[in-house]
Amino acid sequence: MTAATLAGFIGSALVGLGLYGLITDPQPIRKILGFNLIGSGVFLLFGIVARKGAAAGFAADPVPQAMVITGIVVAFSASALAIALVLRLYEVAGPVSLRSEHTSNKAEK
Amino acid sequence: MNAAPIASASTAGGSLLWLAIILPVVGILASLLSGGRHAERIALLLMPTGFGIAIAIAIFLWRSGQPLVYVIGGFNPPLGIALRADGFSAVMLVTTALIVAAAGFYARAIFATPPGITEARAPLTFWILLQAIWASLNLVFLGGDLFNLYVAIELLTFAAVPLVCLDSRAETISAALRYLLFALCGSVFYLLGVALLYGAYGTLDIVLLSDRVSSEPVVWVAAGLMTAGLLAKTALFPLHLWLPPAHANAPAACSAVLSALVVKGSFFLIVRLWFGVLPNVPHEAVSFILAALGSAAILFGSVLALQQERLKLLIAYSTVAQIGYLFLMFPLVQGPNLWVAEAWSGGIMQTLSHAFAKAAMFLAAGLIAESLGHDRIRDLRGIGAVMPMTLFAFGLGGLSLMGLPPSGGFLAKWLLLKASIEAGRPIWGAVMLSGGLLAAGYLYRVLAPALSSDILHLKAPPRRSREAVALALALTAIALGFAPKAFFDFLQIGRVAVAGGSS
Repeated sequence: MTAATLAGFIGSALVGLGLYGLITDPQPIRKILGFNLIGSGVFLLFGIVARKGAAAGFAADPVPQAMVITGIVVAFSASALAIALVLRLYEVAGPVSLRSEHTSNKAEK
Repeated sequence: MNAAPIASASTAGGSLLWLAIILPVVGILASLLSGGRHAERIALLLMPTGFGIAIAIAIFLWRSGQPLVYVIGGFNPPLGIALRADGFSAVMLVTTALIVAAAGFYARAIFATPPGITEARAPLTFWILLQAIWASLNLVFLGGDLFNLYVAIELLTFAAVPLVCLDSRAETISAALRYLLFALCGSVFYLLGVALLYGAYGTLDIVLLSDRVSSEPVVWVAAGLMTAGLLAKTALFPLHLWLPPAHANAPAACSAVLSALVVKGSFFLIVRLWFGVLPNVPHEAVSFILAALGSAAILFGSVLALQQERLKLLIAYSTVAQIGYLFLMFPLVQGPNLWVAEAWSGGIMQTLSHAFAKAAMFLAAGLIAESLGHDRIRDLRGIGAVMPMTLFAFGLGGLSLMGLPPSGGFLAKWLLLKASIEAGRPIWGAVMLSGGLLAAGYLYRVLAPALSSDILHLKAPPRRSREAVALALALTAIALGFAPKAFFDFLQIGRVAVAGGSS
C-alpha cells in the first residue's frame, strides 16, 4: 500500500465518520465537530491530489495547497460563525438540542 | 447560442464584470469603516450604481451576442481565473440588483439607526450583510472557476445565515443554526467533488473542464457529490427541512432576499455544473432524478403550504414547491432537440418570475404582520379593505405562482409544458398543472378571508412607499409575461449544446 492510498483511506474514513456524526448527533457542538472532520478528510484528499501533481505532472503541484489553505480559512470562519450562534442560543434559551425542532415549529400558533 | 466560448481573452466590456463584484465589496468595507448610519447611506447609494453596471453588462452581451469574459490579472486559465457572463448570468445580475435595491428601500423603515445614537447592532449588520449577499451572488453568477465558486457560495451562506436571526430570539437563532449546518454539509460535499475533478483533470476552469471531462467513474462521483451538496443549499425536497423556519422567521426584507435570490445562487451553480461543465457527459438518469425530486417538492411543498396557519410559513412552503419547478427543466434540456431552447427559457423564466413574485409576497406579508402585529391566516379577515395595495401586490405575486396569464410564471410554465409535450414526456407537464392547482388552493386560503367584508383594525397603517415597493416587484413579475422574443434569444447567449439522446 502506497502512502497516497493510505492517505486516501484515512481521508474517506474521516469523511464517513464526520458525516455520521453530523447527521445522527443532535448536539450542535458535535455537529460542528462532524463538519470539521469531513473538512479534514477533504483537505487530505487535496493533499494527495497535490502530491500526484495532477495539473502539470510535476512533483508537487502547489495549486491544491493554495486551495487547501483557502478551504481551511473558510471552514474556520464557518466553525466560528456556528459556534457564535450556539453560544448565543445558549445565552437565550439554555442547553439545546436540534432533534425535534421542525415538528415544534410546525405546531406553532 | 452554439459552441463554447474561447476561454482565454478578455472581451469588450469585460471590465464591467469585476466592477459588478467589487462595487458591493467596496460598499461593505466603507460601511465597516464609517459605521453607524453611514452604512445605510452607502448601501442605498451603491444600489442604483450596481443596477447600472448590471444593465451595461446586459447591453454589451446583447450587442456582441457572445459571452463576456474577463481574465483576472491577465493570467489565463488554468493558472488564472476568468469571469464570464452569459445570458443567464446577465438576467440574474439585473434581477439581483433590482430585488436587493427593493429590499433595501423597504427595509429603511425597520433598519434605520435610531436617532440619538451613533450605531445600532441590527441595522449595521443588516446593511453590511445585504451588500455581502449582493457581492457574493454577483460572484456566483460570474465566476468561471469551480473553486472560486466554492468560495462565492460559502460567502453567500455566511452573509445569509445571520440575516435570519437579526432579532436574536431563540427560535430564529436555532433556525439560523440549522440552516448553517445544512449549508456547511452541502458545501463540504461540493468541495470534495471539486477536489476529485481537479485531481482527475488538473483544472477547475469551467470551459477548459468541459473540453476535458469524459464519462467516467470519477466524474460521476464528483458530479454526484457536488450536486447533492448544492441541492442541500437550494433546499430541494427532501433537503428542504431548514428552509421554512429560516425564511418564515427572518425579518420580511431578509426573507424576500433569501427566498427570491439566495436559494437561486446554488441552483445557478447546479445549472452551471450540468450544462456548463458536463454538457458532454450524458445525464439522462440524473436529470430524471432531479426532475422527480422537483415533482415531489412541488406536490409536498404545496400540500404543506395548504396546512400552514401563519402567512409567512405558507409563503416559505410555497418556496419549497416553486423550487421544484426549476428542476423540471433538466430532463427537457437534452440533446440537439427543437424544444431545448424552450425548456431552457422556461427554466430561467421560472427563476426570474419566482424571484420577483416571492419577494413581493414576502414584503407584502411583512407589511401585514407589522400592521396587525401577527400573521395568523384565520385572523386576516377584512385585510383587503384596509390594506388594498398590499393585498393587491400579494395577489399579483400569487397570480404568477399559480401560473395564470398574463404573468412571468405563466410564461415559464407554458414553455416548460410545451417542451415536455414536444419531448413526449407529458408526465412533467402533468406535475406542473397539478402544482398550479395546489398553488391556487393555498392562495385561495389567504385571499378568500382577506377579501371578506369584516371590519379589521390596524395597529398602524403601512407606509405608502413601502407598499409601492412590494407592488412594483409584483408588477415586474407580471410584466415578465409580456417578454418579447428578443428576450428569449438573449437568454440563449452562451448556452452550450448538451450531448444526449434525441428521445
